Amino acid sequence: MSAFILRRLMQAGVAILIVTLIVFFGVSVIGNPVDILVSPDCNQACHAQAVAALGLDKPLFQQYLIFLWNVLHGRLGTSYVLGATAVDLIVQRLPATLELAFSAMALSISIGIPLGLWAGLRPDAMIGKSIMAGSILGFSLPTFWVGTMFIILFSVELGWLPPTGRGPTVPFFGIPVSFLTLEGLSHLALPALNLALFNISLVIRLTQAGVREVLLMDYIKFAYAKGLTGRRVILVHVLKNVLIPVVTVTGLELGNLIAFAVVTETIFAWPGMGKLIIDSIQVLDRPVIVAYLMITVTMFVIINLIVDIVYSLLDPRIRYQRSAG
Amino acid sequence: MSAAAAKSADVTPPLAPSALFRFAQEFAESKIALAGLVVLSIVVLIAIFAPFISPTNPNDLLQLTILDNRLPPGTTGSRGVHYLLGTDGQGRDMLSAIFYGLRTSLTVSISSGLIAVAIGTMIGLIAAYFGGRVETLVMRVVDIQLSFPTILIALLLLAFLGQGVGKIIVALIIVQWAYYARTVRAAALVEMQKEYIEAAQGLQLGHLRILLRHLLPNCLPPLIVVATIQSAHAIALEATLSFLGLGLPPTEPSLGLLIANGFVFILSGRYWISFFPGIALLITIVSINLLGDQLRNVLNPRLQK
Repeated sequence: MSAFILRRLMQAGVAILIVTLIVFFGVSVIGNPVDILVSPDCNQACHAQAVAALGLDKPLFQQYLIFLWNVLHGRLGTSYVLGATAVDLIVQRLPATLELAFSAMALSISIGIPLGLWAGLRPDAMIGKSIMAGSILGFSLPTFWVGTMFIILFSVELGWLPPTGRGPTVPFFGIPVSFLTLEGLSHLALPALNLALFNISLVIRLTQAGVREVLLMDYIKFAYAKGLTGRRVILVHVLKNVLIPVVTVTGLELGNLIAFAVVTETIFAWPGMGKLIIDSIQVLDRPVIVAYLMITVTMFVIINLIVDIVYSLLDPRIRYQRSAG
Repeated sequence: MSAAAAKSADVTPPLAPSALFRFAQEFAESKIALAGLVVLSIVVLIAIFAPFISPTNPNDLLQLTILDNRLPPGTTGSRGVHYLLGTDGQGRDMLSAIFYGLRTSLTVSISSGLIAVAIGTMIGLIAAYFGGRVETLVMRVVDIQLSFPTILIALLLLAFLGQGVGKIIVALIIVQWAYYARTVRAAALVEMQKEYIEAAQGLQLGHLRILLRHLLPNCLPPLIVVATIQSAHAIALEATLSFLGLGLPPTEPSLGLLIANGFVFILSGRYWISFFPGIALLITIVSINLLGDQLRNVLNPRLQK
C-alpha cells in the first residue's frame, strides 16, 4: 500500500513539474513581459535595465530554476493591476469559489439522486421518460447561456433572486461564507444551480442506469422474497449499491466544478478566483495568471491523488493493476 | 427509406445490401436520431448558405442602421426591413447575425476538429503499432492532459497565445487531440491482436501501408462516435470562450459572442439578443448529441444482435 501511495505521489510531483515547465515557457518564451512593462519611449539602456531587473538576461535554464525556487516559496509576483501579491489575491477569492463549487456539488447530489432513482424505478412511465429527456437537455445546454436565461427569468422578469454578487458574508471558522444568511443564500441560489446543471444531469443518468442494473440482481429478488417492504428494499438495498459509483464520480467532478466556476462567476459577478482570472487574462496580468494556473493545477493533482488513494483502499485490485502496468 | 430498402431487397434477394446500406438502415431505426440528422443538415445548410439566405449582412457596417438598435422581435425598422427576431445593440438583424454566427461557430469547431482527428489518429496509431517507449510517453502525456478539465487547458493556452481565429483553432486542436489519440490507440490495440495484421506483416508490407490501409479502417467506428460527440463539445467550448471574451474577434461574431453582446442588455429586459443565438446553439448541440447516441448504438459491436 505504501509503495502504491509513494508511486502516486511521485507521479503527482512529476505532473506538477511538467505544468511549471509549460507555464514558465508560456510566460517567458511566447510572451515577452518586458514589452508590457516598460514605457514605449524607453531607450536601449533602460530596456536592458528592465531585462536585467527581471532576470531575463540569464540563461533560460537558470531562469527556470529561479522560477521554480520562487514557486516553491509561494513568490509568484505582484499583480500589475491590483497592486497586491498574486498569491494573496487568489487566496482571498478562493473561499467564494469553493463555496460555489461545494454548493453545486450538494445540489447535484440532492436533486440528481432522487430524480435518477425515480427514473430508474419507472423507466417506461411518462415522468421517468421526461426526467431522462431533461437530463439530455442538461448535457446539451451551454452553461453560460442558461445562466443568462436564469437572470432574465428569475431576476428581471420575476424579481425573485438577485442577479449579481455574493451578498453579505459571515465568518464561518474564520472563512467568509454566504450560505449562513438568508440574503447570502438568495445570492448563492442561481449561480450554484447554474454550475450544478451539468452534474445534476450526470448524477441522474448514473443513478438511473445503476438502479436498472441493480433491480435485476438476485439479492433484490431475495430481499423481496424475504418479505421486506418495497420501501425498505429500494432505500436500503438498491440505493446503497447504486450510491458508491455515483458518489465517486461526483467527487471526481469537484475539480471540473472549480474550473467551470470561471463561467458562472463571470455571469453572476461572483467574486471568486474564476472571475479574477478572466479579468487578468484580458489585461494580461501575468503574475495573477501564473498564480491561478499553479494553484488550480496543484489543487487538481491533489484531488486526483486523493481519489486514487481512496479507490485503492476500496478496491485492492487497483493496486496490483497499476504496479503491473 | 427503410421500407423502400426492404422492398428492393424483396425484388432482388441474391443481392446482399452493402455494409454502408445496412448501417444506414440500422441508423434509421431510431426516429429521434433521424430527426436529429435532418435538423443538423438544415443547420449546416444554413451555415453554408448564410450570405444568400440572410435578410441583411450583419457584418457590413454600411447596412446597419443605428436608429434600429434594440428593437424587439417582429418589428419593422426605419428602412422598412422586417426584423423577425429583433435587433441587437448596433441595430443588427438578429436572424442574419445568427445565420452568420452559425457559420463562424461551425467553421472554427469543424476545422479544428478535423485537424485534431488527423493528429490524434496518427499519434494513436503509431503508439499502438510500435509500442515501447513511444507508446509510454504518448500515453503519459494523454493521461496528464485528460486529467485536467478542457476549459482549464483552453484558458491556459489562450492566456499565453492571445486572441484571434487562428489561436482559438490551435487551442481547440490541443484540447481535443488527446481524446482521439486515446480512442484510436485503444481500438488499434484490439485490432493488432487479430490475424490480418499478422498476415499483412507476413507479406512484408510497409509499416505505413499496414497503418493506413489495414489498421486505420478497422479503427474507424469508435473514432466516428467520439468525433461526433467531441464536435458538440468543441462548439460549446468555442462559444463559452467567446462569451468570456477570450475567443473570436468581434468583427465576425460567433454565437457565443452574440450571446455575450446581449448580456449587457438583459437587466433591462431585452432578452432576445441573448435568447435566440442560444436557441440556435442548443438546437445544433442537441441534434449532434442525438446523432452521436445512435451512432454509438449502431457502431458498438457489443450492442449488436
